[in-house]
Amino acid sequence: MRKKKLAGIFMSFMMAAGVLAGCNSSSTSGQKDGETIKIGANLELSGGVASYGQSIEEGLKLAIEEINKEGIDGKKLELVTFDNKSDAAEATNGAIKLISQDKVSAIIGAATSTNTLAQVEIAQKNKTPLITPTGTNSTITFKDGVLNDFVFRTCFIDPFQGTVAANFASKDLKVKNAAIIIDSSSDYSKGLASSFQKSFESSGGKVVAEEAYVAKDTDFNAILTNIKAKNPEFVFLPGFYEEVGLIIKQARALGIDVPIMGGDGWDSPTLVDIAGAGSLNNTFITNHYSSGDSDPKVQDFVKAFQGKYKDKSPDAFAALGYDTAYFLADAIKRAGSGDPEKIRKALEETDGLAVVSGNLKVNENHDQVKAAVILEYKEGKQEFNTKVNP
Amino acid sequence: MEFLQQLVNGVSLGSIYALIALGYTMVYGIVKLINFAHGDVFMVGAFIGFYSITILDLGFFPSLLISMVTCAILGVLIERIAYKPLRNATRIAALITAIGVSLLIEYGVIYVRGAQPEAYPGDLIPATSIDFLGVKVSSQSLMILGTSVVLMVLLQFIVHKTKIGKAMRAVSYDMDAARLMGINVNNTISATFAIGSALAGAAGVAFGMYYTKIEPLMGIIPGLKAFVAAVLGGIGIIPGAMVGGLLLGVIESLVSAAGFSLWRDGVAFVVLILILIFRPAGLFGKNVREKV
Repeated sequence: MRKKKLAGIFMSFMMAAGVLAGCNSSSTSGQKDGETIKIGANLELSGGVASYGQSIEEGLKLAIEEINKEGIDGKKLELVTFDNKSDAAEATNGAIKLISQDKVSAIIGAATSTNTLAQVEIAQKNKTPLITPTGTNSTITFKDGVLNDFVFRTCFIDPFQGTVAANFASKDLKVKNAAIIIDSSSDYSKGLASSFQKSFESSGGKVVAEEAYVAKDTDFNAILTNIKAKNPEFVFLPGFYEEVGLIIKQARALGIDVPIMGGDGWDSPTLVDIAGAGSLNNTFITNHYSSGDSDPKVQDFVKAFQGKYKDKSPDAFAALGYDTAYFLADAIKRAGSGDPEKIRKALEETDGLAVVSGNLKVNENHDQVKAAVILEYKEGKQEFNTKVNP
Repeated sequence: MEFLQQLVNGVSLGSIYALIALGYTMVYGIVKLINFAHGDVFMVGAFIGFYSITILDLGFFPSLLISMVTCAILGVLIERIAYKPLRNATRIAALITAIGVSLLIEYGVIYVRGAQPEAYPGDLIPATSIDFLGVKVSSQSLMILGTSVVLMVLLQFIVHKTKIGKAMRAVSYDMDAARLMGINVNNTISATFAIGSALAGAAGVAFGMYYTKIEPLMGIIPGLKAFVAAVLGGIGIIPGAMVGGLLLGVIESLVSAAGFSLWRDGVAFVVLILILIFRPAGLFGKNVREKV
């Protein structure tokens, strides 16, 4: 009996606390036009892809520190971070919390397409801008003819990489025919392959062989022998590093010495371990950014980043996180306030904002029209080759 | 020329299957148990070889030996803990236990070290390609094929010429009669598992050397393929496993060569179904009538 009473008292305290907490947060809602403008960051800080989220957070923090030196019309940006634990359901909870409790003006995140997609509906419903630094899936912003008008991205989309690779093959490497190897279990790979084929053929090239495999295969000798028989001058291999590493190793052993190229799915140190540094010579990837780019904007960023994070070299995720903060700050400045609706409009009007990973320009699908870099593997190290503008 | 190259590809793929199938078929031949955990012992063997090479800094052959010995112990442990209590249970109970053991090993390894792949160091055995009439044969695949043949001969010798081999054959023929004749059935079965698992461990290290990438779920597909290979050659027959493995590898390579690379795994299982329909005892098996 007494236990029940105690529990009752406890419960009523908890409820009272909840109500008070509610009051508290509503009283701060006026902050949107106060001294600071709150920005939410919903990132993968722990869990399976924690390295992505942590890199983005480092880039974000560096950029906000720089922006706050001057402030935006006298106001400072305040970053509220939320760890979505690399989990889509947590990402949804995070978006709800950031919007309803923290009253942020915009949300940055998440790193992966899946965790970003989990937040899209909430952002749309609450009319709060959502910017993903690195979510490359095209359906995040535009799906089935419907535009998610509050959702933006800082990176380019998947099919764009295929086009860039095709242009690089036909214009820089001057190859006339190519072979394509597709991971038929991955939409990413299929998307890149079809956009590559389209652009390569429209610039006069010919696809002489097309082979497919599924993720987790280990023996590719048979399809590689088929490809070798067609004598292509170039191989396009959009896949992920585990299989790509094996394919390159086996291709070189069979005597396929032509250039091989892929996308950002290759970007992992494990690739070098599997393929071996020697086999990777004469291979290329398209990526978002390179710390070896000679552009002064990039070099300033690399220097600033290494100053803040003890000589750590910033990867593409850190660069895109950094750029996202500038993308948003620029929009807030033009909007003249922290009002989400005005920020949305300003973000949409972004055209030619120079950032580390290129020039940001938002098109009608809310995708970026910006440059990609091409990296070449030399003895297991990525080296900056060229920057390709769309 | 291209056809010849595909044939060579098939033989190198098939010699891995053969190496795994040897242990598989041996265990089946003696205790009539389809040991689904065999592919996972193969995976454990690959990892033990990897850690012996990278952490203990050993060469190829010492690592191979350590891996074989550890896998032999693992095989005996699995048999003693999971299969022995079920020796008189139905065959289906033992089969389900084998699947359970298989999952336990896979996810146990993931729990201990995570699911990320690991790459074998590439400089242990020189990976030179031998050019023969325009056909490229890698030295590593020759080594694997050689290992399979040597192990097959050794197994044949053990089974047919040694005392323990005699005991194995007796147990496989009639377990109870063997016991009545004073054969220690439990020890014989343990020895079978030890040899079979040691072979799986050797196959794991060879696989790691040849294909570089190893990961905790790598045993599933090669394990199933080895099962098909064993059935193809006649399960329980040692030279059958060898031929079945090589044949399966060649079939898969030719299917890919014909432009159906995505059907490769499917065709392997079609082969299994066909052989079960038309020649259930396998290519090397004799159709034995059940005793009445």
